[in-house]
Amino acid sequence: MFARYISGRVLQAVLVLWAAYTVTFVVLYLLPSDPVQLLLAAGNIDVTQISPDQLAALKHQYGVDQPVYLQYVNQLFEFVRGNFGESITKNVPVAQLLAQRLPSTLVLGASAVLLTIVLGVGTASLAVFAKVGWLRTVLSRLPAIGVSLPPFFVGLLLIQVFAFQLKWFPASGDSGAASVVLPAVMMAIPTAALLAQVLTRSLEDALDEPYVVTARAKGLSRSGIQWRHAFRNAALPALTLLGLLLGSALAEAVVAETIFTRNGIGKLAQESVLQQDVPVVQAIVVIAAALFVSINLIIDLIYPLLDPRIVRGHSVI
Amino acid sequence: MAIDTALSSSLEQAELETFPPAHRGRPGDLGESGENREQDDRRPPLQNARRERLQYAARRVLRRPGLVVAILLLLFVIVSAAFPALFTHFDPYATAPADKLKAPSLSHLFGTDEIGRDLFTRVLYGSTLTIQATLAAVAIAVVVGLALGVVTGFLGGWVDLVLMRLVDVMLAIPRLLLALVIVTALGFGTVPISIAVAVGIIPGFARITRAEVLKVKNLPYIEAARTGGASWARVLLRHILPNSWGPVFVLAVLDFGVAILAISALSFLGFGAAPPAAEWGTLISNGRNFLITSPWLSLLPGLFVGLVVFSLNHISKSLEELQR
Repeated sequence: MFARYISGRVLQAVLVLWAAYTVTFVVLYLLPSDPVQLLLAAGNIDVTQISPDQLAALKHQYGVDQPVYLQYVNQLFEFVRGNFGESITKNVPVAQLLAQRLPSTLVLGASAVLLTIVLGVGTASLAVFAKVGWLRTVLSRLPAIGVSLPPFFVGLLLIQVFAFQLKWFPASGDSGAASVVLPAVMMAIPTAALLAQVLTRSLEDALDEPYVVTARAKGLSRSGIQWRHAFRNAALPALTLLGLLLGSALAEAVVAETIFTRNGIGKLAQESVLQQDVPVVQAIVVIAAALFVSINLIIDLIYPLLDPRIVRGHSVI
Repeated sequence: MAIDTALSSSLEQAELETFPPAHRGRPGDLGESGENREQDDRRPPLQNARRERLQYAARRVLRRPGLVVAILLLLFVIVSAAFPALFTHFDPYATAPADKLKAPSLSHLFGTDEIGRDLFTRVLYGSTLTIQATLAAVAIAVVVGLALGVVTGFLGGWVDLVLMRLVDVMLAIPRLLLALVIVTALGFGTVPISIAVAVGIIPGFARITRAEVLKVKNLPYIEAARTGGASWARVLLRHILPNSWGPVFVLAVLDFGVAILAISALSFLGFGAAPPAAEWGTLISNGRNFLITSPWLSLLPGLFVGLVVFSLNHISKSLEELQR
């Protein structure tokens, strides 16, 4: 039963990833009226200025002289092998660019996720379990503000207060641990707010369940009920959401890295879109989808540990 | 304006669902509405009932001061987006180098930018672009999402299977990155970013519509309509759609906020309208260069966007509660 559950989930992940590649290929190579011109314009080449021979040579170089289905299949194989083609504006392999920029983003993403969990779970549990009435009220309202604030506004506010006024952290750059703090906080605030909203709601629902009354009747302590019964049952929806939030951390890094001028994948994505560097954009999106799919696969595999009913009752695909 | 009428009609509908015709109105209001009925005896009964429902909905809204403030703020944004000149006598593009980087004051509510343009005026004219882009994005998403949801929920079978897998894939690519792919392919400007944002929010609409259609499809009155000789097209348009769109509407209001945030983010990143026109995100991004000396240049427009989105979220949440 368990093996079937796992293999079903893995198969689904691979299918989704393949489809994500297909969607990006369709949008980037079939949607523009003239993808060749898009490529040439990004490489600072004026189509009207070059001879047909040169044009043919360039088309061959970028691999757009073949029929579309061949381009699609060839590129798919190259992507599987880890070859993401060459950046048009920077003239270096995309894989090399990504390898250079990835560490900075990974550090930022991991810190942001850690902060999201601490802030989100902390706010939600205090909002439900705190004994002080006004603290519960304040904490249950706070997330609604957190999800409404534009992330870039939060980022600029953090720079203004903590970098310019208080001078606690650097306003930009990616050298040293101190430079991670502000962008990580910026990324964590909206996601933690979302997590807190969902968790607060499911914790409140869990506390209304009959098993909590039973536990109380058996004489279980307050904290025993809260953590052993309510929290464990409320964790599932929050875990699903956490997977989604983790998976899109790379997307949020785009704004954070642009504001704090950090040389990560996100900044690379922003620059590449501005310069319409198609291969780089495509590689980043496929990698982001891969990240998203694998994180949600891991979450799917954690579910049965929390709730064994999932494997037994669930039909796969 | 569209939001306002849609809002009251949804409230009307919400109230319809909550109260069976016999007990319409709250018990305490019975006397009052009874008097109304005597006064307006010459009106057709249907019109009378509709008036009562509207009054009841209005009372329920007025009992929530937070909701009233949110609706007022939203109305202000919509009206000022349509007629920005009503609320300011400055020209958004007129430069006044002598007045550059002035702090907020009574004559310049949000201060002035690096070439002396009034920032409040720039924000209002920015509303026009941003609200247009948002309306376009949500409209595309609602239409395509409704169509996808109705088709998949109604037809089922392999159409459902294929289309819903496509929706799953769209959900597996983070929205912002999907938007970046589309902007790369389509180029920059207000139209491409609203399409990019629309594509990102279509899956949500498709899923929720499909779920509603599946719920409604097998109810007895659909069977009754069919037995009564109505064609499938008529059943779809007259029975299934009107009964499925309640939750879709709540999601649409919520997604207005999401769309505003996404459009601001994209224009903040530099993919929006070409200067000197400026969406909210572009204004915030421009102000970034003067963050040390003139923080209001980016923080005030940012706060404004935050307030608008907060109002939208609040309205959506209240609608959901009123519908329950």
